[in-house]
Formats: sequence, structure tokens, C-alpha cells
Amino acid sequence: MSADHHAEHPTGISRWLFTTNHKDIGTLYLVFSFIMAIVGGVMSLVIRSELWQPGLQLVEPNFFNQMTTVHALVMIFGFAMPAFVGLANWMIPMMIGAPDMALPRMNNWSFWILPFAATLLILSLFMPGGGPAGGWTIYPPLSVQGGIGVDFTLLAIHMLGISSILGSINIIATVLNMRAPGMTLMKMPMFAWTWLITAFLLIAAMPVLAGAVTMLITDRHFGTHFFDAAGGGDPVLFQHVFWFFGHPEVYILVLPAFGVFSQIIPTFSRKPLFGYASMVYATASIAFLSFIVWAHHMYTVGMPMAGELFFMYSTMLIAVPTGVKIFNWVSTMWRGSMTFETPMLWALGGVFTFAVGGFSGLMLAITPADFQYQDTYFVVAHFHYVIFGATIYGLFAAIYYWLPKWTGHLYNETLGKWHFWLTTIGFNLTFFPQHFLGLAGMPRRIPDYALQFTEFNRWSTIGAFFTIISQLIFFYIAIRAMKGGAKATDQVWEGADGLEWTLSSPPPYHSFAVAPKVK
Amino acid sequence: MADAMHDGKRQQDVRTAANRRLALKLAAVTLAMFGFGYALSPMYDAMCKALGINGKTGRTDAQTVAAQPVDVTRTVTVEFTGLAISGLPWEFKPLVKKLELHPGETREVKYLVRNLAKEEITGQAIPSVTPGETAPHFKKIECFCFTRQTLKPGETREMPVRFVVDAGLDKGVQTITLSYSFFNIDKLSAQKYGGTSLAQAGEHADHDHVHPAPGG
Repeated sequence: MSADHHAEHPTGISRWLFTTNHKDIGTLYLVFSFIMAIVGGVMSLVIRSELWQPGLQLVEPNFFNQMTTVHALVMIFGFAMPAFVGLANWMIPMMIGAPDMALPRMNNWSFWILPFAATLLILSLFMPGGGPAGGWTIYPPLSVQGGIGVDFTLLAIHMLGISSILGSINIIATVLNMRAPGMTLMKMPMFAWTWLITAFLLIAAMPVLAGAVTMLITDRHFGTHFFDAAGGGDPVLFQHVFWFFGHPEVYILVLPAFGVFSQIIPTFSRKPLFGYASMVYATASIAFLSFIVWAHHMYTVGMPMAGELFFMYSTMLIAVPTGVKIFNWVSTMWRGSMTFETPMLWALGGVFTFAVGGFSGLMLAITPADFQYQDTYFVVAHFHYVIFGATIYGLFAAIYYWLPKWTGHLYNETLGKWHFWLTTIGFNLTFFPQHFLGLAGMPRRIPDYALQFTEFNRWSTIGAFFTIISQLIFFYIAIRAMKGGAKATDQVWEGADGLEWTLSSPPPYHSFAVAPKVK
Repeated sequence: MADAMHDGKRQQDVRTAANRRLALKLAAVTLAMFGFGYALSPMYDAMCKALGINGKTGRTDAQTVAAQPVDVTRTVTVEFTGLAISGLPWEFKPLVKKLELHPGETREVKYLVRNLAKEEITGQAIPSVTPGETAPHFKKIECFCFTRQTLKPGETREMPVRFVVDAGLDKGVQTITLSYSFFNIDKLSAQKYGGTSLAQAGEHADHDHVHPAPGG
């Protein structure tokens, strides 16, 4: 075979602009997402600095509210989602023995929408009247009344949505059509499974958000009254439509990370994944349930009792398939010959942190209790435990796990462990006290607070700076490994199993041009 | 070797066609879900109407009411409130704050409205009843909210609401609150009278409780 010929690609900027190679596009997604992580991280530091002490000192309240809003939008749509699409691009073709993604040209397009969308979103902050300040949930009436910055944001959300829908269509087509001969669906690696299910969630939920955003735009500019009570509309309708998207969105963020945990825990336990089939069914059940629980985000809008009971019980039901997954991971480790390299630390830390967030989620699911917790820091603590715990821990686990495969070099294991422990300490210092703040009644999205909340807020601010500064270690490790270091073997990890480990490290530019046979 | 490559090429073409077909099907699903987002709007209205939730009150006429029995064994308190939303420079308030009545009995109260601006303005009142589950039993025979109200500069008007609380009202309910939000129907005019300042004020506040829980 003329492997040398295949390895040729344009160099310089045109390689990245016109690439249709899944590895290049995966790298683009990951680089983009980490740039957005820095942007969102700086915003979180603005928030935490203002909350260092009661009173208003650093920023205007309106700017503070823009920070909470845009921090969330940047982190969710700019960081977490693209990062996992990047992982999918890199890994899914190599895991299922495909030469590339199913629709390479569209793949390029779905990435290159992102930088423009992100620019629109950030530009909104510099518009007259500032960016969106009504929270990332863009509830009317504020999102209908705000200035031109809100229009920028709404268009940015549209573009980010289109990007992830195109990415999902590509992932579904790849997984369903491009598997190597012999790789049946029930032999697929869990990461491919969780992404397949996530991609279906995306194409079902994202267009609903697009609908809600379009309704907001027409309410703002074209005289419709979907959410305007004066014209016969209803702002509560927006909350229903938004959360019909919003709850599946949570699982869009965490399911791929669950897939990562399911790859890493067996490797470092040196045992196959316990209960593979039940893992697949549990993931699918979570995905289904995520569509029928949305109103638990809005218990206090004045729903009838029957509605509150339905949403309470269906929400609690999600704990069952989630529990199945956690028990499966624990059983995988049971009597395994475990070692604790950096990816394993992140995976275990992720499972643990997510479980803490899952429990506070159960507390929030209880309707009468939620009346107390609604819009307090308890909610902020809860979703950071869930999203940071699953998504960010999962992302770091994945990067440390596959970095030697991508670069061909081993990273610095000692520094990797430092990165894990410092992040874990910093994260818990930031968010654990917020549980207590919330229970004591501190409301979210307010730049000022009552005197008695000062101490916990200081812990939280110190933790935030600690966490973000610790990430410098990660950038150092990643760049060092890209530049050089000890050669990684093809298998990299002793217990690693799967098609991607049969390729060289780094893999050839075009891998699996001839499909492998899977027994 | 050449044959094998030819076969490979054909296989690839078949696969490309399959990928395209699947992508189109998935795009159709995406479009359908976009439509579903819009369909949620009429579905929401239909659900609220059918279940009588969301504080949307019913309408009836005098004949139907006359045919209904009055339940003199029970007394219910009805409270009245109203607010002119910023952007509408009107004074707006109920003339009676509360009254006691028997279910099935027709009563009338008046709201006072005064145009404080130096130009003619048209407004629309949106009613809401709490607790929400009493809404289907709160029926209006006549109301200023049935139509738009146009007031000349400085004009004052007393506007009637004639209503009945039907006997089907849940036995546990002792108090019902009827509230009106009066909106300026013209967007530009609303902006002129501080509609923009409403947005600015709003941006400073935590706004998740767009609709606070009904006390009940």
C-alpha cells in the first residue's frame, strides 16, 4: 500500500481550514474548546472576585449578571460540548475500525461554524447595553426586552446548535454505517455507544431550543407574542420549551463522559467491563427518561399537584439506571489488579464527584424541598458537581488516557497526578461550601450577599483561583507531550483493549484504510 | 490487485450513498423536532385550557348563571388587585379591595383607571387568578379585559367586572385573588414611557421567578 502517499496533507493554515481528516478536526475541536475554557474560566474569576466580600466593589451589578450568563453559555456550548465532539472525532473512527467519519466535508463545516458563533457570543458583551444578563436560560421577559447584545447571543446559540446537530448527524452515520466487519453494535466500545445515544439526544433536543430561540427573535423583532402576556402569550411557555431541551442537554454533557469512564476503569482494573449490556440499556434509559422530567426545573411556577408529583417521581426514577452504571463500575474494579495512573485517578474522581452531584440532585428532585432550594447556591453547587464531576473529569481522564496515542509520547505522570489532586482539592473547596450557602438561603446570580455568608464565599473564591491556576499544569503537560518525551508503545497501557490500541502511536494520518477484522 | 482496488472503490461508493441517505433521514428528524418545539405552544395553551391551570379564567353569560343554584352555606373571600406594567403611564387600581360572596352569586366590582399621559393610549388588561386551580370556577360575565381600552389624555374611567364563582369550587378554598396586569399594546409607545428602563432595571435583578408560586 502507498501509505506515504496517504500521509501527505497540505501544510500551514490551509491544512486546518480545509481539512476533512477526523484527527485534524478532532484536534481543532479540542484546541477551540480549551480556548473557550480559558475565556469562561476568566469570567468565573470575575464572579468569584466580586463575591470575595459583601457589598459591591469590583464590577457593576449589570456586568456581574452578564458574567454569570456568558460564563455558563461559553462553558456549556463553547467548551464542554465541542470538547466531547472533538474526542468523538478523534476516537470513534479508530475505535470502530473506520477510515474516517462518515461525512468528512460536513465535519469540517460543523467545526468551522464554531469560531464565528463564539465570536458573536463574546462580541455581545461589547454592544451598547452589554451582553445578555438574564441568565443562560434566556428567560423572557428579560430576553425579549434586552438590547442588541441579546440578538448577538441568540444568533450565536443558533449557530452553536447547528454545529452540534451537524456533528451529531455525522457521529450517528459513522457509528451505524462505518463499523469494521464483525463489529456488531453489542461489541462496540462503550464510548461509541454513549456517543451514539448522545447524538440522538442532540438531534432531538437541540432543534427544540432552536425553536425557542427563533420564537424569542420573532417576539423581539417581528411582532409575535409567544411569550408576551400582553399579546396573549405566556413567559412560562418559554420555560417549558427551554427545559424540554435543557434537561436532555444535561445528559448530552455527561453521557459521553460516562463512556470515557467505561473505557478507562476496565483498563486500569485489568478486567473487562462488568455488565456491558446493562450499561448500554442503562444509558438508553437515562436518555429516554431525560425527555419526560423537564418541569423539575420549574416546580415553583405554579404547576398543579399532579404535575409536580409526576415530575418528582420520574426524576427520581433516573437514579435507577444511573445507579446501575455506578454499580457496574464498582463491580468492574472488584478484585481487579488495579493501578492508579492519572487517567484512572480522573475517572475515579469523576465517578465520585458525579455521585455527590447525583445525591444533591435527588434532594432537588423532591418538590417541597425544592421550593426552598430553588435559585439558591445549592443549585449552583449541584450542577457544578454534576457537570464538572462528570464532564470535566471525564474530559481530563480521556485526554490523559489517549494523549500518548495521539502524540506518540508519554506525558509526565508525576505532574499529571499533581494536576489531578490540585484540581480536586480546588474544585471541592470552591463548590462544597456553596451547598451550605444555598441551604442557608443565599440566592444565585446576585453580586452582593448578606454578611453571614462571607466566610464560605471566601473559601469558594480561594478555591476558584486555586482550581484555575492548577490548570496551567495541564497546559504545560499537554504541550510538553506534543513536543516530545519518552516513546509510547502501541498499546500504551498494560490493560488497554480495543482497536485504537492496535494502531501505532501516533496513528498514521489515515488509519484503517483497510478495515480490520473483528472477531 | 487492480480488481481488489476496483471492488474497494465500489464498496466505498455504496457506503457514501448509504451515509447520505442516513444523513438526510436524520436531518428530517431534526426538522420535525424543530416543528415540535413550535407545536409545544398551542399544546401548552390547549393543556392549560383543558385542565384549567395557569390562572386563565373562564367566561360565561347571565342566562347560564341565573340557572345555577347559589350555595348560601358557604362564604368565599375574593380579593382584587391590579398593576399597570411600566411602559403604560396609567393609574390603575380596584375600587373595592375585597368582598365576601356565596358561590353561584353574581357580583360586580369596579376598577379605576386614569391616563396620566398627554396623549391617547391603548392598553390591554391580562387577568390571572390564584390559586390557579380555582380559575375554571371563576367565570366573568363582563370584563374590561375582554376588549382593549383606549383612553384620551387625562381621561378617567370606572370599569366594571361582573363575575360569578361557581358552586363547583373546591370546598377547601376560602380566598381567591383576581389580579390584572395592564399592558401598553404599542411597543414604541411602551418604550417611550419607560419600557426600556424596565429592561434595565430587570437586568439588575435575579429574575428566575418570572412567575412566582401562587400562594395557596
